[in-house]
Amino acid sequence: MGEVVGRGDDVRWVIYSRAFLGLMERDLRVLRREMVPFVIRIAMNPLLFLFVFSYVMPHMSGGATMSPVAGMAGGGGGFGTVLLPGLMAVAIMFSGIAAVALPLAQEFGITREIDDRVMCPLPIAAVAMEKIIFSAIQSVLAAALVFPLAYYIPSTPVLAHVTSWWFLGAVVVLASLLAGALGLTIGTSVQPKQIGLIFGVVIMPITFLGCVYYPWTALTHIRWLQIGVLVNPIVYMSEGLRAALTPTTGHMPEVMILAMLTFFLVLLTWAGMRGFARRVLS
Amino acid sequence: MNRSYNQAAGGRRVSEAIVEIVGLRKVYGGKNSVTAVDGIDLHVEAGLIYGLLGPNGAGKTTTISIATTRAIPTAGSVKIAGVDVVAHPALARRSIGVVPQYNTLDRSCTVAENIHFHCRYFGMSNAEATARTAQLLEQFRLSDRTQAYPQALSGGLAQRLQIARAIAHYPKVLFLDEPSAGLDPQSRIAMWEAVQALRGEGITVVLTTHYMEEADALCDRLAIIDHGRILIEDTPAALKASVGGDKMYDLRMHGVRDSGLLERRLQVIEGVTGVEVIEGGLRVLARAQDGLLAKVVTIANEFGLRDMTTTEPSLETVFIRLTGRDLRE
Repeated sequence: MGEVVGRGDDVRWVIYSRAFLGLMERDLRVLRREMVPFVIRIAMNPLLFLFVFSYVMPHMSGGATMSPVAGMAGGGGGFGTVLLPGLMAVAIMFSGIAAVALPLAQEFGITREIDDRVMCPLPIAAVAMEKIIFSAIQSVLAAALVFPLAYYIPSTPVLAHVTSWWFLGAVVVLASLLAGALGLTIGTSVQPKQIGLIFGVVIMPITFLGCVYYPWTALTHIRWLQIGVLVNPIVYMSEGLRAALTPTTGHMPEVMILAMLTFFLVLLTWAGMRGFARRVLS
Repeated sequence: MNRSYNQAAGGRRVSEAIVEIVGLRKVYGGKNSVTAVDGIDLHVEAGLIYGLLGPNGAGKTTTISIATTRAIPTAGSVKIAGVDVVAHPALARRSIGVVPQYNTLDRSCTVAENIHFHCRYFGMSNAEATARTAQLLEQFRLSDRTQAYPQALSGGLAQRLQIARAIAHYPKVLFLDEPSAGLDPQSRIAMWEAVQALRGEGITVVLTTHYMEEADALCDRLAIIDHGRILIEDTPAALKASVGGDKMYDLRMHGVRDSGLLERRLQVIEGVTGVEVIEGGLRVLARAQDGLLAKVVTIANEFGLRDMTTTEPSLETVFIRLTGRDLRE
């Protein structure tokens, strides 16, 4: 007992993987303790959004015409069908911000409590990777939590249909990792003072211009916008889930979605890790 | 548990260098580039409590940051227990325990979890981590606060927890950066005791401080650092002895009449090892012996003695002699 701690011939990957799992275990413990705030944080936005736009408004007199994208869901289904993948995408994205960006900005700028985890026997890139992966787990949980809300709350039936579980799985995993990488990039590049500003400058625009509340194909009459939003990674999250869950609404080609999710994942992981190393090492 | 490992660490030859720093330089770039460390060589033998003493901004923290893999040197190398920290940072960290200047306790975890997860990061099984945590909480007298969160701890307790956590994975070297900064006197003494107790565990301690009392009370050897260089390196006793006498009489005079003559007359008193000019008078260095003080005062009186203070040479004296400045400046 105990010899493993100091034995010199431990293969490197055993040391690394144990440290990695230790970090995951710590994060899981903290998450489990904060389960109630976690659920509230994730559920509140979609809950209210769905309640107002897909339940209250359709029940108001003339509500059907007030619903901005009532006629948009091509194969039928109301605004609820448009919102289902969009709100899941927002939940995935926001989990990345809440799980990585906010705590990191705090830890780097003020408390420095990341230090002990940075000092564990693991390359710094792997410590950053753990952040992304753990954030992705939260994103998957968030998406799973939002699905029943977005499916059952709207007053008009939501037309959800999964043709390929593989595609759905790939989109959810890629989108969740991408959200973690986005969180890492933001968390390592802003000062804690500016984190409030991030909501206005980054989160709001990428959400509202992220094909969350409307399908990308419906932008066809505003061509410049349809092209412009392509730089927004949230677009591919929403469109990916749309293609996987509510294909009747109309969506981007699947191949493009997967390729762009992968592209942004690589780009933001690289940027986030560079930022992480820069903040950790001097 | 881990008995065999401890013995292996403690049983090394004492002369072996556990920390080997060669030609270390660190220049922070940018428009106004700053040379924080300017060619430091350091050889710390296993089992010692080793101090880096110097004023703020001398390069102590930068040296420690490099040695603990948190900063990349511009030139030079650092080996901890034979492992190059620049080439193999992740592996070197297994031999390193760190207590930084600021409180880095994990605020989302309890006191016990802070130690427990640290053990897990370093590859201990759950049972080992639990046992080690319990043992350290006991050793550092934190057992009644196990479920508290770090925010609720006093500065002294938080510091003890940081030390307990830093040694949880049986590092070979523990680095303490300004360990008594912000501690009240009582907590400082408790911290000193905790550090001294590590000697028995075969852990080498390298600490930085700008408190000469701390350096004197704790360290087996010291390097005095200023402007990124080591000025002198020795045991505290030898450093103080280098001043040349174990008593210092600082004589303040009315004016400076015939100070040359006074100097000569004082110099020939038996037991006086040196006389030097200080601001407003003279300093007499001497070996303590009966009657010497009376002779000094009698002679100085003839030349207009206004006031006199008796002190013993301290590390502060050593620092002032080396740099012409006060340590606290």
